[in-house]
This record gives sequence, structure tokens and C-alpha cells, in this order.
Amino acid sequence: MSVTTPKLLLGRWIARQAAPDAAQWLEDHAAAIGEDRPDATIDHDLAMILARMPRRFGRDDLFLDAVDLAEADAACPGWSPAGLSLDGAARIYVLLALPAEGFAARFRRLRQGADLGELVALFRGLPLYPDPHGLEAEAAEGLRTNMRAIFEAIAHNSPYPAPIFDQHRWNHMVLKALFVGSALAPIQGLEARANKELAVILRDYVRERRAAGRPLPPDLWRCLEPHAAAAGALDELAAARLAAIPAPAPSIEEPTA
Amino acid sequence: MMVIDPHAHMISRTTDDYQAMADAGVVAVIEPAFWVGQPRTHVGSYIDYLSAILGFERFRAGQFGVRHYCTIGLNSKEANDEALAEAVMDILPRFALKEGVVAIGEIGYDEQTPLEDRYFRRQLDLALELDLPVLIHTPHRDKKRGTSRSMDVCEEHGVPPSRVIVDHNNEETVAEVLERGYWAAFSIYPSTKMGDARMVEILRRYGSERIIVNSACDWGISDPLAVPRTAHLALERGLPPGDVHDACYANALAAFGQSGQMAESDWLAPPPIDQRTLFEGNSILRGGRPPVIEQQS
Repeated sequence: MSVTTPKLLLGRWIARQAAPDAAQWLEDHAAAIGEDRPDATIDHDLAMILARMPRRFGRDDLFLDAVDLAEADAACPGWSPAGLSLDGAARIYVLLALPAEGFAARFRRLRQGADLGELVALFRGLPLYPDPHGLEAEAAEGLRTNMRAIFEAIAHNSPYPAPIFDQHRWNHMVLKALFVGSALAPIQGLEARANKELAVILRDYVRERRAAGRPLPPDLWRCLEPHAAAAGALDELAAARLAAIPAPAPSIEEPTA
Repeated sequence: MMVIDPHAHMISRTTDDYQAMADAGVVAVIEPAFWVGQPRTHVGSYIDYLSAILGFERFRAGQFGVRHYCTIGLNSKEANDEALAEAVMDILPRFALKEGVVAIGEIGYDEQTPLEDRYFRRQLDLALELDLPVLIHTPHRDKKRGTSRSMDVCEEHGVPPSRVIVDHNNEETVAEVLERGYWAAFSIYPSTKMGDARMVEILRRYGSERIIVNSACDWGISDPLAVPRTAHLALERGLPPGDVHDACYANALAAFGQSGQMAESDWLAPPPIDQRTLFEGNSILRGGRPPVIEQQS
């Protein structure tokens, strides 16, 4: 198998599922958007193209099989396109056609005027864009959302956060997952990035929940365990383990795990 | 009974309102972009406002099982600030095609100035270009002539009357609006617009074809339950249930559904209500109330 890229894969998956005229429309616009033109013109055209995607492609799930998922993981380790919609995939495809220069600033402008579906697509593409470090502030802004779908587009099934976020940001992402009732299991790098600071915060969180007579999230123990002893949280770890029994099915599967 | 409130500025309303509307049978609301009570001074405020009515407000309504749609436009009052209006016109197209945008609106006349006329016309052209219906705000002052003029301009620009909802009608304007083939909407709004008893009489006299009832509830003294209230009063006073259904539900769906962005299945087969999606630190659920979670059956 020759070396491929996420953009080529997305293009292939979209083309085999979409109506031929829609696929051609996408190709034409992706090619045009990458041309050297004034920034404001690109911004305007890009916003219109992204907004038209559901009209052009509909909102069905992108069809993917095991081979596709393996290819995705080979092209970008950890990347999981599972659960993308067809219009979402097309949106990411166009973003990948943009010039690398100024990408983070353009992403920011798009994000500020995006609807829910667009936000999900913008953030699900995070592992694939140029200058991943330049987008950290954007990911951080996205995590401040009140809308769980947006949060999970960043935090779940993505190789982006683990190598990019510093410990503080990482810990707050994990905590927010607990607070908004989002599963921890789909967060990549959960064990590797466990740290004592997080264990101390989780220890206090467990105490607070127990004092209030509230249930504990079933997967909290995974983040607490590696540093439980150092954090003085062995009692809390035991309580957190109890909360995991019986283990409920995770809300989102992690196909590449 | 299911009703739709096709003109409700929910961004100015409370969660109690959403709860009461849901309890009273309101399944969907349409939030027209409008004047926020004082003039915006920067296009940035417009961008954030439009983002809010098609983003967070949509999500907020969903928490109560109410489907939320919006219309996008430059209102007539702010059309008089030329620098602002130009900047807004540049960014409007980007918002008009977002998910759940069911029309360009509310646009039209306030004082009927040349600038209002200019931006009304440009937005009619935009609606044609983007294949969206139009929601027209008719002026409070010099209403009858302002309403006729709004329709004249639509026709001049080739916008089909079947794609235009003319709002804030009264006894004086309704006959002409219906005669010319437009949708005629009525805002049941205390003191300044229609009353519910008058509305029932209009339905009795004109029937329900192309007539739409809304609350126009906003930051003023207004009633988010005006549509279900009017529906009940009409039934109580012996109007045919089919007519009430048309005026308080079906016609709004037919008119705004022409956008392709609003369908009955949105609320008949909706995602389950799940208030846990909120972050506690900045939640609309105050005081640790247990979230309402509706299991998917």
C-alpha cells in the first residue's frame, strides 16, 4: 500500500458515497479555495462552501469499514474518522485544502461564526491540520463550550490532545468530561498522561461527591489509579472502583483501540 | 395540541418561559434576527448575536424539547446606520445558509427611509440568490402604506408572494396581504399589536388559509404563551379545529418549511431531552436541580 494522506482518504470515501455532481462540486471548490487570493475573499468563499455542505451532501453517516479505519490510523496514528457525517467529512476535506500559512487565524475566524455541525467538523479535524501547536488556543476555547457534542469532538477518539496539551489543560479536559457526564474511555492517552496533580483533584472530587451523596462516574478510577497512593487517595480509589461495577457499556466505542 | 410559535425572541426569555411553552404544546419556535432594544455599534456585536441565535439558543431550546429555528437579517432600524449596515451585509450571507435558518428576516421598513429601502432590497436579492423565504416586519407607524409598499418592492424584485411571510398584520392590512397571495402573520402582543380575541374574529372572518399566529415575545411586556392561548380561545369560541391547527401550526410549517431547514420530523422524532450536556459551572440549571433525562424508547 502506497503512502496516503488523510485528505486523500477523505476524498476517496466521500467520492464513493456522494452523488457524482456533489463530489465534483467539492473537488472544484477545494481546488479553488487553495489558490492564492486575498484573505477576505477566501474567508467569504470558505464560509459559504462550508455552510452549503449539508445541502450538498446530506447528514448521513460517512460509511466506513475496518479497512478504512486501519488506513486512517496508518495515515495519522490515532485518527478515527468513525462517526463523521458525510457533510462533516466534506468540511474537513475543504479545510485540508487550505494553505498552511495563516491556518490557525483562519480557523479562529471560522469557529467564531460556525453553527453546531460546523463546530463538530472543525474540531474533529484537529489531528489533521497544519501547525497543531498553533491551534492549541482554539482547542482550549472549544473545550469551554456548554455543548457536549462540541466537547467530545475535541476530547474523544482523537490523538490531538495528548501530545499538545500541557498538564493543566489536560487535567481540566478530563475534569470537564466528568462534570458534563462524558465518558473518559474514548480520551486517548488517559493512562499515559495520568499525573499526581490530577489524582489530588480527583481525590477531592470523590470526597465532595460522597459528602453530597452523589454517585461517582464509573470510569473515574482509571485516572486516579496510577497516582492514587502518592495523592493519598487509596480510600477514594476503592470507592471509585465500586462505582465501576457493574461496568456500563461505554457511550462511544473506540474502534482503533 | 401541538403549536408552533414562528416569531419568538427567545434570547430575551427565561428558562421558565421555555418550560411553560413546552408544557403548553409549543413544539417549535422561530427566532427572527431583530433589534436588541438599543443600537449595536459594531459589526462584531452582530456576528456574536447571529451566532448566538443559531447556536447556543438552539441548544438551549433543545434542553426543553422545543425545536429552535431562526431567520437572519439586518433589521430596518439598524439599516439607518450606513457604516454598520454595509459591514453587516458583508457577513450576512455566511450566516444565512447555516443549519436551521428558515428565512431572511425580519426585514422591511421602520420609518421608511431611503437607507431602509436600500437594505430591504439588497436583502430581498440575497433571499432570491440563496433560495430562502422572506420574513417581513411591517412598520408600526404608517402601517397600511408601509405594508403595501413592502409587497410592491417584493414584486419589483421578483420574489414570489408564496415565499414571503408578511408579519404584524392587523384588521386594516390583512385583506390586501391575503388578496395579493402572501402569508399573513399576526403577532399577539399586548397593547401595541394584536389581541387574542381580535385574532379569533379575524380567523372567523377570513378563514385560516395563509394565516399565521405568533407571539413576537421579546424583551418587552409580552406573552410567550400567546399562540397556545389564542388556539384555546379560538376553540372555545367554536372555530373549526382544522382552522386553528392551520393558523397555529401547519401554515407556519408550510411557509418556513420552504427553506428545507424545518420539518415535522424534527420534533416528532427528536433527539431525547438531555440536560446533562451542560457544564455545571455555567449551567442554566441552577441550584443542583436533578436533570431531566428522557430515555430513548
